[in-house]
Amino acid sequence: MSEMNTPVAAKLPSPEEVALIKKFLNDTTLFLGPDPEIMQNHDLMPRSEVEDECMRKVGDAHTIAKIRDRIQAGCDEGYEMVEQMGAAPGAKWGDVITGVYSASGDLAIASAGGVLIFSALVHHPIKFIIKNWVNDPTVGVNEGDGFIHNDSRYGNVHNTDQSMILPIFHKGKLVCWVASTVHEGENGAIEPGGMPSMAESPCDEGLKMCPFKVVENYQIKRDILTFLQNSVREPKLQYEDMKVKLFACLRIKQRIEETLNTDGPEALISTLRTTMENVRAEVKRRVSEWPDMTVRTYIIQDSTLRENCVVKINCKLTKTGDRLIFDFRGSSPEFTNRATNTIVAGLKGMLAQVFLCYVWPDLPRGQAAFAPIEVITDPHSIVNCSYDAPNSQSLMSIFTGFTAGQHAVAKFLYSCPEKYTKVHAPTFNMINTFIWGGVSQHGETLGNLCADLNGMGAGATVDRDGEHALAPIFATMADIGEQELNEEEVPFLQLVSKKMTRDAIAPGKYRGGQGYTMMVATKDSEQWGFMTVCQGAKFPPLQGLFGGYACGSYPLCKVQGVDVYDVLLNEPHKFKHSIEEIMNERPFEEATYTTHHMGMGFEISKRGELFMISQGAGAGYGDLLERDPAGVIRDIEEGLMSPGVAERLYKVKFDPDTLAVNHEATAAARDAERKARIARGVPYAEFIKGWNKPTPPTHLQYFGCWGDDVAKLYMGSPDKFRDANAPRPNYMPHPKDVRIAELESRLLAMGAMGGEKQ
Amino acid sequence: MKVLMTEYLRIDLDAEQWECRVCDHVIGSAGKSYKEGMLVHNRDPREIHPPIIDPEKYRFTFSPDPEWVRILEYYCPHCGTQVETEYAVPGHPPLHDMEPDLPALRAQWARREEVKEAVVGPAVTADKGHGH
Ligand SMILES: [Zn+2]
Repeated sequence: MSEMNTPVAAKLPSPEEVALIKKFLNDTTLFLGPDPEIMQNHDLMPRSEVEDECMRKVGDAHTIAKIRDRIQAGCDEGYEMVEQMGAAPGAKWGDVITGVYSASGDLAIASAGGVLIFSALVHHPIKFIIKNWVNDPTVGVNEGDGFIHNDSRYGNVHNTDQSMILPIFHKGKLVCWVASTVHEGENGAIEPGGMPSMAESPCDEGLKMCPFKVVENYQIKRDILTFLQNSVREPKLQYEDMKVKLFACLRIKQRIEETLNTDGPEALISTLRTTMENVRAEVKRRVSEWPDMTVRTYIIQDSTLRENCVVKINCKLTKTGDRLIFDFRGSSPEFTNRATNTIVAGLKGMLAQVFLCYVWPDLPRGQAAFAPIEVITDPHSIVNCSYDAPNSQSLMSIFTGFTAGQHAVAKFLYSCPEKYTKVHAPTFNMINTFIWGGVSQHGETLGNLCADLNGMGAGATVDRDGEHALAPIFATMADIGEQELNEEEVPFLQLVSKKMTRDAIAPGKYRGGQGYTMMVATKDSEQWGFMTVCQGAKFPPLQGLFGGYACGSYPLCKVQGVDVYDVLLNEPHKFKHSIEEIMNERPFEEATYTTHHMGMGFEISKRGELFMISQGAGAGYGDLLERDPAGVIRDIEEGLMSPGVAERLYKVKFDPDTLAVNHEATAAARDAERKARIARGVPYAEFIKGWNKPTPPTHLQYFGCWGDDVAKLYMGSPDKFRDANAPRPNYMPHPKDVRIAELESRLLAMGAMGGEKQ
Repeated sequence: MKVLMTEYLRIDLDAEQWECRVCDHVIGSAGKSYKEGMLVHNRDPREIHPPIIDPEKYRFTFSPDPEWVRILEYYCPHCGTQVETEYAVPGHPPLHDMEPDLPALRAQWARREEVKEAVVGPAVTADKGHGH
């Protein structure tokens, strides 16, 4: 509730009157929307009197470490339960998390595996429950209650993630909260799978559960459950995973109660608070060891998933003393009718992952590690979108925001004598996988995705190559799944999977880890389709590090008008196992072969048609001329790179038959290339005279600031912009309307409109 | 006192200069961007990220679109080492990517020993785990 702004000249209300007005406004609130006071804040809540007292009573480091480990083990146990029993593919392959939250709602301890960002963001709905439901006589928070939540505007990343939240009481007093979150997939949105790229408003995004009570006396309320099941495409999944999350929370509750019985509530409360305060203080200390500096970078999103355009994520990272400030001002304005916006909490959650997964993995996993770090954004921007903007594809902006952060942080870390990890080039950041849905071979309606989303090529580090398709940037210890298991439930095969995509490289002294090819084809259903939700088919979504290169770009390829299952049965020699061969050789005579950007809206597929993509590579590190020739040869032998590309880029000379390196010739070729660089390179001052332009190019639809002028945000063309602080609507036309207009103007120019009346 | 800032760059805190770590060339004032002392090449991204499928036949080829993105390669003018790359929108001014606060840096390093070999950081080593 906002304070009243009273004109100076008018009679000021007395304190009693102000209190009365506040009470009136609170009592008559029409709608409890997302609370900016909660949603804009990611710091720890102030230490409460109870916490203060408990910390005075129990401060022994050994007791606290012992209890923290017990709670941590409890969280890990809950995590295992969800992973083993969860029905969602995301759950099976580790896209889950469990955590314990303080009585005020801060995440104190999370499970060691899983998607940290989820629980780093569940504190928002818990704080909403505390603020609004605890004292509401029609709701209340009691022992045995459980609350459900998925609407990202009230916290968390996107509406496909559902949380179960339980208050934990001891002798009638609330001592903490536990929660479990799963990337469920299906949520009744306009497209199956829970992450619609077609959403043009929040109303297209399916279930929008602000935090509400769905469990009483530890029982799921059947009437509400039925309503939720009735709102999604997978009623069975909805029920099963609500139960799984509830029981995981109950197991953690059991572990907490054991601690309460042995050590008492003061010890538990002190442990949770002390852990958070210690981590927060340690982060301040570690930051103060970094050099005082400003680092600038930007990452380009090359599509809204509906159309290709240039969308800037602008990042200036400044460290002064023990303060670290991410300034994302100058990033693209929010899109009024495109789903790639994120709420700012989502961006912060992903930035927290930079630190907890890549910089300080030794710190206890919780909210405190990011609590003292500051984030600045423009209002109504793609990284801080408004309530009315769709955000079901917020991953696009939180992932590119993550990469901007990861890239900037590396430039601070290099000079630090104190390191907890190696300096790391950006890891690939897009979920190059297939989202799928329809009616299965068993007659069930399904909507979800291939767990290959968890395979992202890792960035190279200061002394080694990046790992291939190892892990996602948003989780630790996640798996890419077993397609053979999925095939028992879904009516399509991955005909090629886990085969590295040759020449889709990120070169460097140490190269980025590479991604693999996925070819899918529907088999046993007439009502089955796919979608893909990635950027980067025209403009790489990464930057390289210290002279290393980023990845290339990754398109979607389709082969239609063929049934490859017939081909495999009758003429198996015609089938090829790489995108390169199938698209270039076109082995199926009658088929059509097309390429597309990676924002394919849900599309029904026919039996045996091929949809082909590749996962992406992490960025390279260092000057590629310094790469050990043996590493280049190994990449050739492992099918990562063709010999011609290897020789041309890395200037390694080798025998084409034996791959034996000619070291002298290699050294000479590399020396020659260094001289060639000096010959072709243009001195900076001269270069920018020809290169720098005052506005974005007219041939691109460009969104965001240009250069350092962060006050002016372009909105699609050099003559359309907004003041960074003054939001304006930013509508995109329907891509099909754009295409129709193009074709009509061509027809008109040819005089072929047939005299159609206007 | 010299500080190793990147794989290829260091700052001489006394002279307030950027230097090349490969050839010791003095690049320029540390009060300005090191890029100002570099040679720049505007690289067609298709040369680094080769098309995997035939550009004659297809709109998307696994190569970045050269009308959308260029790779700015920054070379040491003395030894030709590629110190930095920048994937840039055509015409976008190069970023002042590292702008250190020199007095603060000097004060910080006054408390430290000079580091001559970059600190690599801890390796991830396999745990012994448990057998079955
Ligand atoms: Zn040099």
